[in-house]
Amino acid sequence: MKIISFLETTGFTWSVPMVKLASGDNPREQLQELFSVLGLPLIAMVVFLVMWSGVATQVNTSLGQLPGPAQVWQQATTLYDEHVAEGEKEAAFYQRQEVRNAKKLEKNPDATVKIRAYTGKPTYFDQILTSLLTVFTGFFMATIIAIPIGVACGLSDRLYGAVSPLIQVFKPISPLAWLPIVTMVVSAVYVSDDPMFEKAFITSAITVMLCSLWPTLINTAVGVTSIDRDLMNVGRVIKLHWTAQVFKVALPAALPMIFTGLRISLGIGWMVLIAAEMLAQNPGLGKFVWDEFQNGSSDSLGRIMVAVLTIGIIGFILDWMMVTLQKMFSHDPNVSIR
Amino acid sequence: MNALTNVVRQRLSRTEDKAIAQGDGINASPINEEMTEEQQVNERAYLEVSNTSIEFPTKQGPFKALDDVNLKILKGEFISLIGHSGCGKSTVLNIIAGLLQATEGGVILEGREVNEPGPDRAVVFQNHSLFPWLTVYQNVELAVKQVFKGKKSKAEMVEWIEHNLELVHMSHALHKRPSEISGGMKQRVGIARALAMQPKVLLMDEPFGALDALTRAHLQDSLMEIQKETQNTVVMITHDVDEAVLLSDRIVMMTNGPAATIGEILEVELARPRNRVELADDSQYNHYRAEVLKFLYERQRKPDESAAS
Repeated sequence: MKIISFLETTGFTWSVPMVKLASGDNPREQLQELFSVLGLPLIAMVVFLVMWSGVATQVNTSLGQLPGPAQVWQQATTLYDEHVAEGEKEAAFYQRQEVRNAKKLEKNPDATVKIRAYTGKPTYFDQILTSLLTVFTGFFMATIIAIPIGVACGLSDRLYGAVSPLIQVFKPISPLAWLPIVTMVVSAVYVSDDPMFEKAFITSAITVMLCSLWPTLINTAVGVTSIDRDLMNVGRVIKLHWTAQVFKVALPAALPMIFTGLRISLGIGWMVLIAAEMLAQNPGLGKFVWDEFQNGSSDSLGRIMVAVLTIGIIGFILDWMMVTLQKMFSHDPNVSIR
Repeated sequence: MNALTNVVRQRLSRTEDKAIAQGDGINASPINEEMTEEQQVNERAYLEVSNTSIEFPTKQGPFKALDDVNLKILKGEFISLIGHSGCGKSTVLNIIAGLLQATEGGVILEGREVNEPGPDRAVVFQNHSLFPWLTVYQNVELAVKQVFKGKKSKAEMVEWIEHNLELVHMSHALHKRPSEISGGMKQRVGIARALAMQPKVLLMDEPFGALDALTRAHLQDSLMEIQKETQNTVVMITHDVDEAVLLSDRIVMMTNGPAATIGEILEVELARPRNRVELADDSQYNHYRAEVLKFLYERQRKPDESAAS
């Protein structure tokens, strides 16, 4: 039963009937359950793929026919092969360098050896990692700004009243509008001879932050405002210091709402990131899509579609992570979170 | 100090006047009329709500919720506040708790004015108000740690927490979260938390209002048991006539708002321990019950109801 409750919190509800089946729970019932949680989505997926390949053959673009599932799958494997090949090349490069340096040292032990970093072009998987790093950086910055402000707004009606118009104005701004400003500001302010991060990385991260700030902020504020007054009164009766009141009462009570906000924020951040990367030329999935678009080979559309699907799947995984966290921090186990 | 004594003296005589004016068969005042004034001051109430009025600002100007409420409570007394909903019972309790500030008058506990919340006036809230992310034990622990910081050792605290949870028969669920226990159990924990603060006055805001009748009866019995042991001074809000008569030493009946005040005070002189089954046939018990019902439904009928009939 522990396994089942674990699976339910982590969102693997579809595997619950399998576990039950394995433990010998009424097989007929469990098979029906299995069909509805696993079979139906599979059928939907197959229908989708068939329709996709049917429609794709009808559409002709300047880059050739719109790729169907088979072509996209082929491109995906190509991208993976390229990644493996690039990895081998990199390993070979470092090995050669090591051998060369060793020889050099053999001849003359005092010789200075240079270790050069490999400068091959980033593969598809490197791009994914960069994207993830950027989105988490932006999301993290947004979180540490939004939660304290949100808590403060939730505790003080006046502060909320004061800040609310600003939030309402900044909230609907598209990342594309922020980007030029952020780019200019970053290039003006972030001047360093030995930069720790690339400018493009910082630009994208800040853009993500600016856009994913608001859901967390608003949800935190609402979460703190809607705390049962009596819970706060309990804190007052036992004379909690205001910091304890915030950390022991307000924050934990608002935590489920905060996580709802964080989940929305991360979702928005991920969407914003792709757009930002396209324009800021920050290495990442967005840039990959843009480069392929500019490249315009017959494979390009297929590769873009691989990227689109990857973006979707990663977005789904990020959301699943947040839902799991949300469930873990929810006070009421009976609340259904979708 | 002298000034305060004078104030108290004045207020005492005022309440006495009222009590005489009210005297229609009900022993309204606990103060012996034959005492000298000096004696009365010495015997003065443990907790006193004096000349308390409160106004809430609204867009249509101030709304007077309470008008000149005077109440004296002796140490160890169990007081019920009863009245129709919206009559300001909770407001009185919140003023005593210090959660609301009176516009006029104030609250004196053991001769000192109190105007902010504190653990000496622990509150049991209607909806238990346990922190849902803490276990039963941790909920009580949070209060105990805060109140007895530096006064009790760690081991003493653990013992004290467990003792209080034992008192409300919740030892079996120390490590369960509020969502895992029933409503009645939650309220027991709420009571344990309040008791664990070792308050001078225990304030209860319709503590059993959200519970079903059987659970309520069960908790009332538990409360009487605890009361026998701890001899706390209790102010309880209720809208249940039976509950008021069964538990209280005195029942304070409030008039309807706005500008609500104390209408009558009924002294309940039933011997303790009280047993609900035996009392059901008791003529005195039924007399008290009838008195409260008469007050609530004849003299203080809800305005909208009387308009409808």
